[in-house]
Amino acid sequence: MSVPILRFGDVLIASIQLAQTDAELLALRDRLAGQVGDARARGVIIDVSALDVMDSFATRTLRAIAYSSRLRGAHTIVVGISPEVAFSMVQLGLELGAVSTALDLDDAIAQIEERRRSQQRRD
Amino acid sequence: MTDTRRIAIDRDADIVAARQAGRELAAQVGFKGSDLTLIATAISEVARNIVVYAKRGEIALAVLEEGDRRGLQVVAQDEGPGIADVEKAMRDGFSTGGSLGLGLPGARRLMDDFQIESRLGVGTTVTLRKWVRRG
Repeated sequence: MSVPILRFGDVLIASIQLAQTDAELLALRDRLAGQVGDARARGVIIDVSALDVMDSFATRTLRAIAYSSRLRGAHTIVVGISPEVAFSMVQLGLELGAVSTALDLDDAIAQIEERRRSQQRRD
Repeated sequence: MTDTRRIAIDRDADIVAARQAGRELAAQVGFKGSDLTLIATAISEVARNIVVYAKRGEIALAVLEEGDRRGLQVVAQDEGPGIADVEKAMRDGFSTGGSLGLGLPGARRLMDDFQIESRLGVGTTVTLRKWVRRG
């Protein structure tokens, strides 16, 4: 089952529903890359709360999504990293690089609104 | 409880199956909370190494009982090309497969015991153990 991607104004929300194979994560990366352009998205939110693990491959793929989205003008926020998953990422030595994080969806939407306001002030 | 659960690994869906089986068995052994995620993540890393470098192999899960302590053993075995320089492969950031190079050193940090045996042209066996913390 592919990850549903919802469109909320100029924000894309990918809500991962269950454990993903490597191929499924790569498919999500490719679909998001296409939809960022189609939706002229300014923000991409990825909910990982249903992911069973965040191993090196999942982390690398999220970093790739964030980096390629940023090159196309969208900011990526990962939400829903559980305390257990956060602990395992620390132990593994994984870093999210350019990926922003938020506790939950509300927090992520607030971050995107804040970025929008500060960009408007600059314009 | 000395039976071994074996999971054949030859495609990426098997990585998910192996880590889920490992988490399930770890819960039966008595691991809780973040330990379950650490074990599942370590299995994911060693199972992926099999798919990426050896194409096929096996993950064997077994319950450990030693005196009054219990644990879980994960053996990842393949008949792949083997690792030319094991010491290098255990270093953070070293990869020949285009990854982050955190698979083996990461798996070692997630578990209590780590052993690796690799022979060029013969294959690689990685043995991981973790013990249930008391108290």
